[in-house]
Amino acid sequence: MRMGYYPGCSLLGSAREFNESVRAVCEAIDLTLEEVPDWNCCGASSAHVLNHDLALALPARILAQAEAAGLEEILAPCAACFNRLASTRATLAADPAKRQEIVELIELPYSGRVRVLNVLEVLERYRDRIEAKTVNAFRYKVACYYGCLLVRPPDVVKFDRPENPQSMDRLLATVGAKPIDWACKTECCGASFSVTRTDLVAQLGGRIVADATRRNAAAIVVACPMCQSNLDMRRPEINRQLQQEQRIPVLFITQALGLAMGIEAHRLGLQRHLVPVELPEPELEVVGDDDDEDD
Amino acid sequence: MSRIGVFVCHCGENIGSTVDCQEVAARCKQMPGVVHSEDYKYMCSDPGQSMIKQAIEEQGLDGVVVAACSPRMHEPTFRRAVSEAGLNPYLCEMANLREHCSWVHEETDSTTDKATDLVHLQVEKVKRNKPLQPIQVPITKTALVIGGGVAGIQAALDIADSDRKVILLERSPSLGGHMAQLSETFPTLDCSQCILTPKMVEAARHPNITLMTYSELEHLEGFIGNFKATIRKRARKIDEKLCTGCGLCLQKCPTRKISDGFNEGLGMRRAIYVPFPQAVPNTPVIDIQNCSHFRKKKCDRCVKACPTDAIRFEQQDEWITVDVGAIVLATGFKIMRSDQFPEYGYGAYPDIIDGLQFERLASASGPTQGVIKRPSDGKEPETIVFLACAGSRDAAKGVKYCSKICCMYTAKHAMLYKHKAPHGKAYVFYMDIRAAGKNYDEFVRRAIEEDGVKYIRGRVSRIYEEDGKLIVKGADTLLGGRPVEIKADMVVLATAVQPNDGQIDLARKIHVGCDEYGFFAEAHPKLRPVETNTAGIYLAGACQSPRDIPETVAQAGGAAAKVVALFSRDRLTREPLVAEVNRRPSPIYSDCVGCFLCETACPYQAIGQETVTDRDGKLYKTMAKINPGLCQGCGTCVATCRTKAIDLHGYSNEQIYAEIMSL
Repeated sequence: MRMGYYPGCSLLGSAREFNESVRAVCEAIDLTLEEVPDWNCCGASSAHVLNHDLALALPARILAQAEAAGLEEILAPCAACFNRLASTRATLAADPAKRQEIVELIELPYSGRVRVLNVLEVLERYRDRIEAKTVNAFRYKVACYYGCLLVRPPDVVKFDRPENPQSMDRLLATVGAKPIDWACKTECCGASFSVTRTDLVAQLGGRIVADATRRNAAAIVVACPMCQSNLDMRRPEINRQLQQEQRIPVLFITQALGLAMGIEAHRLGLQRHLVPVELPEPELEVVGDDDDEDD
Repeated sequence: MSRIGVFVCHCGENIGSTVDCQEVAARCKQMPGVVHSEDYKYMCSDPGQSMIKQAIEEQGLDGVVVAACSPRMHEPTFRRAVSEAGLNPYLCEMANLREHCSWVHEETDSTTDKATDLVHLQVEKVKRNKPLQPIQVPITKTALVIGGGVAGIQAALDIADSDRKVILLERSPSLGGHMAQLSETFPTLDCSQCILTPKMVEAARHPNITLMTYSELEHLEGFIGNFKATIRKRARKIDEKLCTGCGLCLQKCPTRKISDGFNEGLGMRRAIYVPFPQAVPNTPVIDIQNCSHFRKKKCDRCVKACPTDAIRFEQQDEWITVDVGAIVLATGFKIMRSDQFPEYGYGAYPDIIDGLQFERLASASGPTQGVIKRPSDGKEPETIVFLACAGSRDAAKGVKYCSKICCMYTAKHAMLYKHKAPHGKAYVFYMDIRAAGKNYDEFVRRAIEEDGVKYIRGRVSRIYEEDGKLIVKGADTLLGGRPVEIKADMVVLATAVQPNDGQIDLARKIHVGCDEYGFFAEAHPKLRPVETNTAGIYLAGACQSPRDIPETVAQAGGAAAKVVALFSRDRLTREPLVAEVNRRPSPIYSDCVGCFLCETACPYQAIGQETVTDRDGKLYKTMAKINPGLCQGCGTCVATCRTKAIDLHGYSNEQIYAEIMSL
């Protein structure tokens, strides 16, 4: 089984553990990832607010490269990359004139044939393999945090329920975890304001961390490097804002699955987290569970 | 040789601005068979019609083509004019120069050419038209009203008061519908049951009304004035003649924990029950799904309790066939349930309820005797959040249309809560306040200004539970999109009004159309609002679109007036544009070979079989026969017939071919 792979910039930088864990899990389920040749920046965060053509041209070039490499589907683990690629694909499909303009700009043939998948979509497809490979059930209460980009806008991403997504909950339930019902599933993490308005990100992240902790989750699980870094790297600011010492770790979905599939922690990059990943020994019953009736 | 007259209408600027009408009229004069041709600004006006009549008389025309608007608009006008001049009305045809030409094209020569062609088609057709005589059919002067809510009750009473017979059909065990569930009604706050129950009793007692509750329409055949309806009368398992409605059986029934539909699941009822104390008729029903006698074959406490021996476990459903002349559909609506909303927890929180549930909580005869208590723990809520437009006006997660009644009943709910708990807080999230009705806006203002209900313009993104409270997160869009969070004890969703369960099935059974949402479609949204496209079937109430009580009652009266007008005649005239199986001299009799493909193809069950016998009564041939009373002239059988034995009057194969060949 083979699939195109677009890591994007964060998976080589701040979210290296996402890259490592995606690759480790895909290897374990016999999915060969083929990197898009000569890929470039997707333009996330800045291009689409500054220059509309550039915002389309950058992702279009990535898709065109994938097309030239004979790929039919590409996995974009970063939620922002996924969103930019999927939005561009939808915009160019709906507007042939624009497509022509962009094709001239990138100087590459572009048919729109290559489909873009996010990490949850791909993992859901192989859920039975993941289940079969599970050796250490991930017996924790987990807060599945989808953020804003994975499921929106629904017309473009055509993935899961926009208001109450379920795919990550299902995946984690497959490996024995207990996803909680909580308030912040699709709340905003503050995204790139992390740099310019750290105070706002601390406020927004604070609500997410506080709600997950209040409901006794053992970990927050994410599928977006931005969400992860805002909840993990900005934890000191969050804790200052909350005036509490919150130590709940923030795992990528592939790290949680990888642990359940018996992949060693080092290969999943767990040592790279700023909030140390200190999960208690899994017990037979779900850990951190004082009130089952709530769920 | 034919003598055809052509009359080209400018329709003011509608046709005249893009089609050269004078030129069209001039060219028509050259067409073979056309002896008269002229144009005029408004052919449908009195002078225009007089021109046609005069030409018929002076020129001895034997066919008329009016080139104007759609025949749906003015065909009856011109046919009447033609018949007033002594010509058979079916010798008049219309060429649609407006919708089919001038409105959809620019002003060019080819537009005028196309207009000429359109007239030419009709000229060729009308040459082959035959005089037709309208079909006369008798009328059964009994109406069938389907649905026993306020719409059905009102329509039945109005028809019955005009001395016509009515059969009032209700699917549930009692009359009343949703209105019987309501607490108080806007904008006057009078008690819903107090104003409805007298009407229910009147309908039951009226000598002209036959009440059939716990009954459904199973099958319908026939046509306006002559319907045959098969009704399934479900077995109550009670002898209705013997039952006095004393209620002793209800007290003795041991199965008492069944979710009560009348109370919207907020209360319990027994296996033998009357839906509510004021039910009409006051005869109980045994719910055989839950009754121990039917489930375990052992209980007979109701039998022992009944002083008149009215319990009949062996009673079976009955099928009754009735003849009726007109039908009023008043099947009502349902509301979207609170478990349809993912962002509000998919029904996971018992204290998020819908509007009908709130009505039951606020009703003096409801499960809490009118005290507002939350379903989860029975506590009286101190803060209630009301959400208008839950599912309405929301193409992404609900329905596109406005449910119309929610703005008003939400204001009423908030007001009722504040009256019952003046210390409590009531918030309403809304998109717009649509209070267009007599005294409606005043009512909403009263809720805001006198009763202190807090209105917040904005939508709610999410509701979740935290420390026993429901956290309602929304935005106040009047204050620049400021996020709002309210800790509520109870949330009431004004969920969208939807077509009732089974409405589409019923529509199929009786051949009426539905709109894109599944509401029954009216014949014309403005000018024929209470009629369906099937003659003799009328509409009342929320089965057509969301409606409040005043509108429903008014429409029911309108539908009743239509029925009474129909019944005021002894015979009915129908358009003779029906299909007929051709006849040939013996020994062929007809081109029909008796394959009866047409019988299966006919959507109106208008085709039957007919036998031809010789003098000794020996069967010679079996062939198709079309009932002109049932035939709607759709032409499906014509297309199906493999021997071309069927032709449609007014649209014969010969006429259609002539039209095509003229191009």
